[in-house]
Formats: sequence, structure tokens, C-alpha cells
Amino acid sequence: MKKRRLVIRTIILLILGAAVAYTLYANFTKDDIKKVVVGEQAPDFVLVDLNGEEHRLSDYKGQGVFLNFWGTYCKPCEKEMPYMDNQYKQFKDKGVQTLAVNVGESELSVSKFADRHNLTFPIVIDKDGQVQTAYKIGALPATFMIDKDGKVVKYHTGQLTEEMIKELMEQVQP
Amino acid sequence: MKHVKCECGHVNPHGTILCEACGRVLQESEKEKQLVDMRYEGSARRSQTYNKTIVDKVWNFFSSVKVGVWLIVITLIASALGTIFPQEMYIPPIMPAAEYYEDQYGWIGKLYYDLGFHNLYSSWWYLVLIASIGISLVICSLDRVIPLWRALKAQRVSRHEGFLKRQRVFGVSEASNLDESYEKVKERLKAKRYNIREEDGNILAEKGRFSRWGPYVNHIGLIIFLIGGMLRFVPGMYIDEVLWVREGETKVIPETDGQYYLKNNKFILEVYDKDKDNQAFSEAIEEKGMVAKNYQSNVTLYKKKGETVAGQPPELEKVKDYPIKVNEPLKFEGYALYQVSYKLDELSKMTFTLGNKKSNESFGEVKIDLNDPKDRYDLGNGYAVEVVSYFPDFEFDDSGEPVTKSKVPNNPAFVFKMITPDKKEGEISFVAIQQTIEPFGDNEYKMNFSGIDTKNVSSITVRKDLTLWLIAFGGLIFMIGVAQGSYWNHRRIWIRRVNDEVWIAGHTNKNWHGLKREIQAVLEDTGIKEPEDQMQKEENKE
Amino acid sequence: MVSLSGNLLFASFILYLIATVFFAGSIKDKKGKLKEKGPNKWAKIAIFITIIGFISQLGYFITRWIVAGHAPVSNMFEFGTFFALSLVGAFIVLYYMYKTPLLGVFTLPVALLLIAFSSMFSRDISPLIPALQSHWLYIHVTTAALGQAILGMSFAAGLIYLVKAIDQSKPSKRTFWLETIMFGLICTLGFVLVTTTFSLLDYKAEFNWIDKNGQQLKQEYTMPAITGPNEGELLTAGKFEPLVEMPGIINAKKLNTVVWSLLSGTIIYLLFRLIIRKRVGAVLQPVVKNIKLDLVDEIGYRSVLIGFPVFTLGALIFAMIWAQIAWTRFWGWDPKEVWALITFLFYAAFLHLRLSKGWHGEKSAWLAVVGFVIIMFNFVAVNLVIAGLHSYAG
Repeated sequence: MKKRRLVIRTIILLILGAAVAYTLYANFTKDDIKKVVVGEQAPDFVLVDLNGEEHRLSDYKGQGVFLNFWGTYCKPCEKEMPYMDNQYKQFKDKGVQTLAVNVGESELSVSKFADRHNLTFPIVIDKDGQVQTAYKIGALPATFMIDKDGKVVKYHTGQLTEEMIKELMEQVQP
Repeated sequence: MKHVKCECGHVNPHGTILCEACGRVLQESEKEKQLVDMRYEGSARRSQTYNKTIVDKVWNFFSSVKVGVWLIVITLIASALGTIFPQEMYIPPIMPAAEYYEDQYGWIGKLYYDLGFHNLYSSWWYLVLIASIGISLVICSLDRVIPLWRALKAQRVSRHEGFLKRQRVFGVSEASNLDESYEKVKERLKAKRYNIREEDGNILAEKGRFSRWGPYVNHIGLIIFLIGGMLRFVPGMYIDEVLWVREGETKVIPETDGQYYLKNNKFILEVYDKDKDNQAFSEAIEEKGMVAKNYQSNVTLYKKKGETVAGQPPELEKVKDYPIKVNEPLKFEGYALYQVSYKLDELSKMTFTLGNKKSNESFGEVKIDLNDPKDRYDLGNGYAVEVVSYFPDFEFDDSGEPVTKSKVPNNPAFVFKMITPDKKEGEISFVAIQQTIEPFGDNEYKMNFSGIDTKNVSSITVRKDLTLWLIAFGGLIFMIGVAQGSYWNHRRIWIRRVNDEVWIAGHTNKNWHGLKREIQAVLEDTGIKEPEDQMQKEENKE
Repeated sequence: MVSLSGNLLFASFILYLIATVFFAGSIKDKKGKLKEKGPNKWAKIAIFITIIGFISQLGYFITRWIVAGHAPVSNMFEFGTFFALSLVGAFIVLYYMYKTPLLGVFTLPVALLLIAFSSMFSRDISPLIPALQSHWLYIHVTTAALGQAILGMSFAAGLIYLVKAIDQSKPSKRTFWLETIMFGLICTLGFVLVTTTFSLLDYKAEFNWIDKNGQQLKQEYTMPAITGPNEGELLTAGKFEPLVEMPGIINAKKLNTVVWSLLSGTIIYLLFRLIIRKRVGAVLQPVVKNIKLDLVDEIGYRSVLIGFPVFTLGALIFAMIWAQIAWTRFWGWDPKEVWALITFLFYAAFLHLRLSKGWHGEKSAWLAVVGFVIIMFNFVAVNLVIAGLHSYAG
């Protein structure tokens, strides 16, 4: 009888405690919830680059992808662009593709920007925001590293140094 | 476990104050009192009788109503603290919160921010407080409802004299002709919807027992409500997104897996017109200047047909046209779209004419779509304008270079190259709103500003809340429980024959006035004396 | 129609005033014939006048509704008068339940103060902004006001209890706090008198001042400035120069009104004490001599029991339903919402203390008084001082 009471009380308290613990945990991590989770498949997309060429993420299966979201008005994006370009030239033949997704600015702004910085990697424009919505893009720049199986390996917001870009690319090199 | 056996033969749990069956006072300390304490029927609350292991101690802590009341009071004070200054979500986003509070409210504001009160209601300790109230609700209820239920079920008709004597409403009466008046009393009690039980010529009339369950029902409602609030943290249960759509623009609705699209056809802002609207409003309108009457976005909801990959132009199928107004959200498949904000007259197109500065002669018009400018506009006859650079939201940066702050055309600026038959190389001109700079010396030609097109932008909140039904259900149960406990009374009248006397005692969990009036009506003209309110008797003695 | 509506409100105000006198008279009269059961002639006349007043105020409410095209519960004036209407309604019901004229002596003055206080704010019929254009406006506001009014009855009962139960023969903490409540009521009266006086005198003084963001603004005072605005410069000739200048963070104009109310309240109170030479509580004590304490206690408790569910339904449940429709979420921690929650928590604590801890009688009466202070705080301070989504009600 006494034992049963103890067991029942323990169970009830454990359930209540677990519920509270979960709520607290969820409350603290709620800002970290991302649409695209590391370790999961990156959402596929198709966008057209400045030369009119179509880029489909799933076509790069077997290669690593350096996927960067940026805008011309974003200073840190502008700073990391030359590094990206350097590393793109290094890695494009080693199986790591670079895709820079502009967050829906006018083609004029984007192409002038690309000319000014002599960017050689493919730049695509997400005109109607579909891809940004799918990747839940907030702050820029945002970089996703996708491996040869199309899985997200790493996610980074904020400016990257050339060293970091190199390391990231090495990570997804097939 | 020790049991307490009453003289009447009923076996009570340890800690019982009044025998569950006959009401005899079992605890010595209670015998001293003039009136018995009828809370929880004098039953044994288990929490108070066992206190051995840690589990018991924790349990007992939360089982105490005193602790519960303290939790309520602390939550109350904490909630009040959060209203001294606006919470972070209500401050204008003009500067970081850390600076804002100090800037607006001085050192108190800074203290307020440093203590974390700017986000009080989502702080861990506020959540812990609410959670503790939840735990207290569960344990307090469990600890009381079971003994109470036992005691009410076990109660016998014939109650011990000591029990009757110590009731607040009690009276002894000598009555002749008892049998006749007994029948009368029983009939009247029945007419008043009492349940009547008889035993050895004693009567227990009882009604409204279910009101005793009211508090526990409303606690269950509150617990359901809290569970609903907890579910909100489960991913996918609650969606809160904002969507800005320009007039004429079609955008994918966030969190719908790219399945739904929204087109903004028109945004409408109406204000009250003192001449056209209700004449009664004219004074108020005059005093306040402008009063908004309607915010409305006429939208079309589309569903994507077939499977496409993000970025591909989707094939859209119209679902419906709908005017979203404040108080009238557009609902579909568990989602609701609300009109929450707007931006009037965002620039969408700018028109310039290419002209000669001296002769004022004009060579054609250039209309630039600010969201998608072309790089060259041909005007014919050898005249053309090239856009060398475009800054939709222009400002000069620290080094004096023109840059753009965002992609929104709030303050567009251009670097034009004006190509004319006499200046085939072109003249460069930097043109922003109300300013023209000619970086390479005086030009002969000029881009004359001639007009703008604007568009409104609607801000729509995308909401999905799968916890609503549970929250609503909890609220409903709570209301039922509160009404049950507040608007009904549990009344009992004991009538017992002791020798030639009739002993009458009455108890109610509230509204003694009503009980007394009822007893008075029942006993009228029966020869049985109306029992007295022993509390008032005491008071009158004073 | 607008003037008819105003006249009906005015008539009800006068009627409540007369009824109060009659209720007070009914208590005096009772001394001689203690044995007489039920209310006497005075009380019968008093409740009759009260009901006529109630009907008249109902007439104000209905006519104003017809003119405006929406229920008149959308600003400070309208809400306050509706609150008074509910209070009188609740009183009439309780009067017939308990047959206690004394309750009228304490309830009707509160209703009178509420009407007078509310009338100091803009009485214009204002059009509804989009967020308010919903049937939930009157479902939510009227139910909440009704709940608060019923809870307010427990304040009246609690006050009677305290006036009777507190020993006035020597000063104590209890007499002090009772006097504080009386002083609070007198300050409300002071506010009404001062505002009316200066509005009859048509006092207007304009100031140039610098706000906390360093911007120069204009402000019009309708009372002589005791507390002047930051770097204020009096523009209207011949008006009172401020005594103290306030920093930009503080709203000097509102503070000025508060200072005036406190000042006038203090003067009235001190005059009273000087002339009568007794505490207000002591003066009232003979009035409540014949009431039974446990009956008042029960009236107070029942008011809470009846009012609590109504309040919860109106101020929380209906509020949440409407907030979900109008503001996309049912709860947003807006100050008014939080204070409704605080009121709810307070009365929940009240009920638990009473049921489980046996807080009857005087403790319960004190709690009822504090509860009403919270309700009033939510009505006055949250509207006027703490800005939020509900602040258009001001």
C-alpha cells in the first residue's frame, strides 16, 4: 500500500517534471529552429544565372556545393565575394561547385555588382523568394555546405574569411 | 497503515478528523471547538500524514494550498512588474533594446533591461512559476478530491450528536405530532429538489453535491489549457510569419511547403470623413484629425498545381479572391492570413526626360521600373540612356561612395550615361531625388525628373495554431467548472430524533442565507422550531 | 438624440444622488422600529428611485448606441459610465436578494463617482478604428464590465464590514488603511471638482516644451500648471507659471492632474477632519450599526463568487477569442491583458484563502477592497499611464 503510493507519486512527479523540462528546453531553443537542418537533405531548387543558364541543385549530386545567399546591399557579403571567387577557382575542378543566390534584387543591380567585382562563379537570382522561403533565410550572408549526397553538412551566417571558405569546401569535397 | 476505527464501526484512513460515516469527532483537538471545520468534510488529506521520502516531501510541498497561493501571488507581482515599461516586442525597432530602455527611461530603464524584465514573460523563471502553478494544480486536486469523494460517498444518514451540535446551523426542538410534521417536511424538501435518505427515522436531505466537484473540474480545465500552451513549443504546432506583398506581386506563403501563393491586388486605407460618415462622429474626427476606418488587402489565394522545385515558375490555380480586413482574416486549411500593417506609396516607377540644359529641348521619356530597371533605354534618333549603376535605397557610405541600404526602392539613385548624336561617348550624370551630380564636369544634357508611380505594400501575418482547439477546450472546461462551483451550492439538512426531541442541523458550502431561508420555508407551520445560526448567536453575545 | 442621451445620463446621476439620501434616511429611521421586518418606507422609495435612475441610464446607453451605430463602450467615458450602470444593476439584484438598504449607501456613491470621473474625459461619440469594428467589442467589454461591477459589490460589502468591525476608539494600522481608502475616494471627488471648476472657468494655458527626444512641442494645460513641462515656456498671457519643472521623461501634464487631485482631496479631507474632529470611518460607523457582520461577509463573498466567473468569461475568455481574430494571437502580454490576468489571479488567491485557509470576515473584507483597487488601477492607470494596445480607450 505504502509502496504503491510512493510509486504513483514518483510517476506523476516524473511526468510533470519531464513536461516542464521539455517546455523550458523548447523555449530556449525556439530561436534556433531552422527550416534546413544539418544532416538532412537540402531542399532542391532551380534558378537561372546571369548568363541564362539553369542551375538545379540536384544536378550537382556527386559534387559538394557551396551555397551562399547574399545581397548587394550587404557589406559582409561584398567582402567575402572575392574570397569565394578565389576558392571557387581552386575547387571547381575538384568537385565543389559554388552557387551564389541573390535575394531577389534587380538583374541590373546584380550584374553590375558581378562585373564590378569580376565574379566568375554562377550567380542566380531568387526573384520571388521561393528559395529563400524554402531555406528560411533571415540574416545575410548565409552559407550552406552541401555534400555529394545532397545533405546539409554545415550552416553558417555572417562573413567568412578565405581560410574558412577553404576549410568548408574541403569538408564537402567528394 | 494505521486505520482509525470509529465507534460506529466505520474504518477511516489515518488522519481523519470527522468520521466519514457518522461524523463523530475523531481528533481530540477538534473536540474543543464550538463548530467543526467542514472543509473537505474533515477527511484525511494524505499528504499531511506521510512525510518520509524525498518524493513525499516534494509532493507535500506542492500539495499545500498555502504554497499554491504563494505561487499565485508571486506570479501576480511578477506579471505586474512586466507592465512598468513596454516589453521588448512593443518597443519601436529604432535602436537596440539595450540602448532603448536607457534612452527612454533613464537608469531605471537600464536596470529594467539588465534584470531581464524587458522579456519577462518568456523568461525561464516566469515559465517555472507558471509550471509550478500547473504542478500545484495537479497535486492539490489529486490530494483533495479523492478523500472528499470517499467521505461524501461514505456519509451515513444518522450523524453523531457531537457532529450535529457543532454545525453552524443547529437547533433542538420539542415537537408533538412528529409523524405528521415529518411527512410535511419531507414533501417540502422534495419539492425543493432535495435528495432524501432515511434511516431509523432520521433524515438526510442533500442537494447540489456536484457543485463540490466544481473546483476540481476547473482545475482540470486549467491544466488542459496549460498543456495547450506547452504544445505551442512543439515544432509545427505554431506558425508566426510575416509576409510583405506589394500590389500586383505574387508571393509564396511561408510555411506552406511552397503550396500556396498570395497575390496582392490592392491595398485600401480608408479614413472617416466628417461629411460623409455618421454626423455624430464629426466632433471626434475634428479633434483627433484623422481616424482610420478600414485597412484592407484585396488578395487572391492560389494553390500550386503539380510538383515543382523551388525557383521554378509554378503553375497556379486560383483558390479564391478575398478582402482581408482587420477582424476578418482569410482562413484556409488551418492557416489564417491577417491584415497587420502596410506601407503606403512605395516608389515603383520613375519617369525622366532627357533634355538639353540650354535649349530645354526634350528628346524622349524614360520610364524606369525601380524593381527591375533595364540597362539601356533607346529613345531613337541616336538618343539613348544607359543605367551604369542603380542604388534603390541610396546613401553615401563612410568613404563617400554611393551605396544602397536595402533592396527596397525607398530612395532610388542612378548613374546615367546619356548618349546623344553629338556626344556619342555619352555624358555621365548621377541622379538622386532632388539632386544631380555631374562628376566629370558640366554636361550639356540632363535627366529631368518628370514623375513617379507608386504602389502600396501590405503586411500580412501568416498564422497557424494547432493548439487552439485544446486551449479553447481547456477554457470551456474551466468555465464549466467555475460555474458549477460558483452558481450551485451543496446543501445538507440533517434531521435526527433524539428521544422526544428533534435535532436539526444544516450545512452548506456557501450562501448560508439561502440555506436558512430554505429551512425556514420547510419548517413553517410544522411545529418544529427553526434552527439557529450559531455564528450569529456568538456575535450577538459579544 | 445626442442631447437626449446626455440628459438621460444626467437625470440618472441626479436620481442616484437622491436615492443615496433616501437609503441613508432609511437607516436612521430603522433605529426606532428595530423589530419591523424587511425594508421600511424610506428604503422602498430609495430603491424605486434607484430603479428609475437605472432605467434612465439604460436609456442613455441605448440612445447613444443608436446614434453611434455601435455599443457605447469604446472609450474612457463610455466604459466608465457603463461600469457604473453595471454596478447599479448588480446592486439592485443584490438588494432584492438580501434586502439591505445599507448596501445602497455605499454602492451608489461609488457609482456616482464613476459617472462623474468618466465625464471628465472626452464625451464625443468617436468612430471605431478597424481593430474595434467587431461584435466582440460589446460582447467582450460589457461582460468584462459586468464582472468587474459584481466584484465591485464585494468592495462595497467589504467597506461596510471594515467600517463596522474596526475599532475607532484609538488610532491603529487598521484605522489608517481604512482612512486611506476613504482618502482615495475623496481624491476622486477632488479630481471631479477641480476639473469641473477649471473647465467652467475655461482655463487654457499653452506651453512650448522640449520632449525627451529633444523635439520642441506644444501642449495645452486645462488646469494651472503646478508641475510644468520640460523647459516649458508659457505662451498664454496672464496664466499661472509652473511651480516645478519636470524632466522630459515624465508626462508633466498628467502628473499635474494627479497633483491637483491629491491636493484638492487633501484639502477636503483635512477640512472634514478639522470640522468634524473624527475619522471618516468613525463618522460612518453609526450608519452601519445595525447590520450583521456575517451577512455583510456573505454578501461580499457571494459577489466574488458570482462575479469571478463572469469576469473570467468577459475579460479573459472573450478577450482571447477577439484577440485571436483581430490581432492574430489570443494573448500578447499587452498591459491591459496582463492586468486582467492579475485581477484573475488575485481573486483566485482570494477564493483559495477563503476556502482553504479560512480567511473569513475582516481578512476577506480587506482582500475585497484590494481587489477593487486592482480593478480601478486597470481602468484608470493602465489606460492613462501605461501605453498599450488598449490605450485608445483613453
